Amino acid sequence: MSWEAVIGIETHVELSTRSKMFCGCAVDFGAEPNTNICPVCLGLPGALPVPNRKAIEGIVAIGLALNCEITERSVFHRKNYFYADLPKNYQVSQFDVPVCRDGYLEIELDGETRRIGIERAHMEEDTGKSTHVGDGGRIHSASETLLDFNRSGVPLVEIVSRPDIRSAAEARAYAQELRAIVAELGVSDARLEEGSIRFDANISIRPAGSDTLGTKVEIKNMNSFRSLERAVDYEIRRQIAAVEAGQQIVQETRHWNEEAGETQSMRTKEGSSDYRYFADPDLVPLVVPPSWVEEIRASLPELPEARRKRYATLGLHPKAAAMLSSSARTIRHLFDETVAAGAPALAAFNWLTGEVTAWMRRTDTEPAELTGERLAALIALVDEGVVSATAAKEVLEGVLAGEGEPRQVAEARDLVQVSDRGALEGAVRRVLDADPDAVERLRSGEEKVIGFLVGQVMRETGGKADPRLVNELIREAVGSDG
Amino acid sequence: MSIPDTIAAASRALREGSLTAADLLDGVLERAQMTEAQLHAYLNIDHDGARVAAEAADADLAAGNDRGPLHGIPIALKDNLCTRGMETTCASQILAGWIPPYDATVVSRLREAGAVIVGKTNLDEFAMGSSTENSAYGPSFNPWDITRVPGGSSGGSAAAVAAGSALGALGSDTGGSIRQPAALTGTVGVKPTYGTVSRYGLIAFASSLDQIGPITRTVEDAALLLEAIWGHDPKDSTSYAGEYPQVRRSLDAGVDGLRIGVVKELSGEGYELAVEQAVAAMVEGLARQGAEIVEVSLPSFEIALSAYYLIAPAEASSNLARFDGVRYGLRVDGETTEEMMARTRGQGFGPEVTRRILLGTYALSAGYYDAFYGQAQRVRAAIRADLARVYAQVDALVSPTSPTVAFPAGARLDDPLAMYLSDICTIPSNLAGDPAMSVPIGLDQLGLPIGMQVMAPSLGEEVMFRVAAEVERLAGFDARPEIPVVAG
Repeated sequence: MSWEAVIGIETHVELSTRSKMFCGCAVDFGAEPNTNICPVCLGLPGALPVPNRKAIEGIVAIGLALNCEITERSVFHRKNYFYADLPKNYQVSQFDVPVCRDGYLEIELDGETRRIGIERAHMEEDTGKSTHVGDGGRIHSASETLLDFNRSGVPLVEIVSRPDIRSAAEARAYAQELRAIVAELGVSDARLEEGSIRFDANISIRPAGSDTLGTKVEIKNMNSFRSLERAVDYEIRRQIAAVEAGQQIVQETRHWNEEAGETQSMRTKEGSSDYRYFADPDLVPLVVPPSWVEEIRASLPELPEARRKRYATLGLHPKAAAMLSSSARTIRHLFDETVAAGAPALAAFNWLTGEVTAWMRRTDTEPAELTGERLAALIALVDEGVVSATAAKEVLEGVLAGEGEPRQVAEARDLVQVSDRGALEGAVRRVLDADPDAVERLRSGEEKVIGFLVGQVMRETGGKADPRLVNELIREAVGSDG
Repeated sequence: MSIPDTIAAASRALREGSLTAADLLDGVLERAQMTEAQLHAYLNIDHDGARVAAEAADADLAAGNDRGPLHGIPIALKDNLCTRGMETTCASQILAGWIPPYDATVVSRLREAGAVIVGKTNLDEFAMGSSTENSAYGPSFNPWDITRVPGGSSGGSAAAVAAGSALGALGSDTGGSIRQPAALTGTVGVKPTYGTVSRYGLIAFASSLDQIGPITRTVEDAALLLEAIWGHDPKDSTSYAGEYPQVRRSLDAGVDGLRIGVVKELSGEGYELAVEQAVAAMVEGLARQGAEIVEVSLPSFEIALSAYYLIAPAEASSNLARFDGVRYGLRVDGETTEEMMARTRGQGFGPEVTRRILLGTYALSAGYYDAFYGQAQRVRAAIRADLARVYAQVDALVSPTSPTVAFPAGARLDDPLAMYLSDICTIPSNLAGDPAMSVPIGLDQLGLPIGMQVMAPSLGEEVMFRVAAEVERLAGFDARPEIPVVAG
């Protein structure tokens, strides 16, 4: 039998607001433990929450980027459960009326575009952080648990996809695209390694073509896109093997073990948790009027999907468009400027993703001296034969080093090609006179000799001759029309 | 020394220079010393802090820096209001020894107004009760009869004001916890419109119902204290940000031309004869002063109590989850974190608190939510609709505050339902978010105070105080309890 995987992804995004979700404490992950805390995020008796406007703007921006409907009046609920790093023993979250609903995200995989539904995105607060000390650091054997509440109350957006994902590769593409969007919006650091964006996958399998849903298993602890892909792939294969061996899939949470390369069962008892959700009476409904939504929409940057489409319409291959789209902001910005200054998109792309990117990596600096106008001028110099392709790289170095406009640099560094027939005819004559044998061989149709002769002329002129013109002059002189 | 027993009179005396804030403090501390053994109104008297505050108030006033009517006035605080540097327990073992690092907004406002904080008063643990007997630190008693309860849960605040060991006090009212003890102690108690007094720093019982308010000897004093503590607070998301009523200026307006509704449902079975007679006599008095009296029916009031005992415990079960031994208060160690939490809560909470947490946890549970909590919210909406209909016809409503006068200590301790019925008249205003207050209107045949409740629509404090002031004038209530001195 052939099987189909049904995958949904839950993503938690920590917003990089200056202050926390419901109090004025700083959001600062590098700080000493328990230094960014106050009565509110410590859950002291009597303290009350006040929502952070910036965080609301953040989730609305995410919702709009994911093509969601924005709820005008959404509701904060309390999710009740006891845990030592959850100071109030309830988490302020959203339940049946989230800020964002019914959106989608388009991913591209092997040239195909797939639309993954977004069920919802809601606002919540993060918990504190537990560190289990003693005996290997696992919770059940630890002798002590240390609590740091700096993270407590940091605004968190949970984005829940529909179960529209069908493979590990799609899961990875979805996660990467979502991360790119969140990073582009500038609402989060979106760093997997630091946990500022976290992905959990819900996976089940069913016979291909069936529309029923199998028992789902939740996979946690994937710290990179690669481990996400591996974990999903492993879990799909594990479930197929289990079902084919006549076993039942158990609804549970499994932990991805990177070293072992497998998912491992965690406790299964949490399947029956009852969070006793109810509307938080300390908070009034969250009102996001349409005028505010439009204000946020107007301030959205261009998102990766739109950008790729725009690059493609400029004539870039889809792969090149995708590569450029995920390049550094500086590179993308220069690309737009260069094209606007009249350069062909492909040449701009080649220069920027090639030489300029290499220079940035090598020197670890921003190309402050390079502008779109200058790069377009350099491309034109090559095009017009004023400098050779090789010399142009040197011109670029000069421009990047702050030596001025490309033409100035080319002249100052003596890189301008000699393209004056009169100036070159003497050199051509001298080379041909010095080697009658080669001239004879060219005349008799031995084409490869032309390269040798051009090289000789180039040497004679110190490399500054325009090789195309030299080629032309040699043929004229020899009487070969190539 | 003998001091004036109202805020207004003391305030005048301070400005006339006939006494100082330090004298006022001496006066109330002397009263406390004479009465605390019998009443146990206070959990903690802050002698040193109060002394410093009184002297500062005197210095300020001498320097011409008059902070207004509460300047130099000794005020007591219910011990569920956070006071920076001063133990705050909610009368619970679970918070024994807890010293808040911050002041509740109402406390900061009182300090800014120059008030002198005398100490923290007793309450039913976490404000859950109607007799101040559910205190982990022992019950309070009624100054009018020390074998009886002072009502609750703000019984300590009410007893202190009635006994003169504070000139005014703050309480909190979730289902009647200010008004019912005020009625049982012959004091004035106000539950303002929900959202008008910041809840920041009030240790929550049921967040959608809790409201802080004053307990004083007179209606005027209540107005003075209320105006000092209310107003928009950005730290409380449910705080009202619009225009506030002007209560003080409405005190002398009288009731001529007002339409006052008498609630049919808040009478009859379970109501003591003396209470009903006193209320009826007062209604006649109001009519003589020109009020138009209308009998109104609010059928939803009959089911208000049931709805309340789902909503309040449900919210409480979540609000009280934070008391787990992890960060503050009591900790009873265990083998695991979960066991530590369970033991701490098992030992830290008293039986009534435990009962309500269990009730509330069930009410919110999957499968029961709609039948219990959901249904209670629908009743709440029905009460609001009922009241909206009635307030289209009348300006204010009156009823008894409590169906009975103060009951003997221990009488209802073994019967939670009988205890819950103490709040039958007061609960609807909490569910509606409307203001309501209790004014003493006389004594029964045993010499125990009777209170009348005046209710108004949300932000209707002006008309409520107008009616209350008239009730006070008509009642001419000037009796003071005689508290037996215990030898020792």
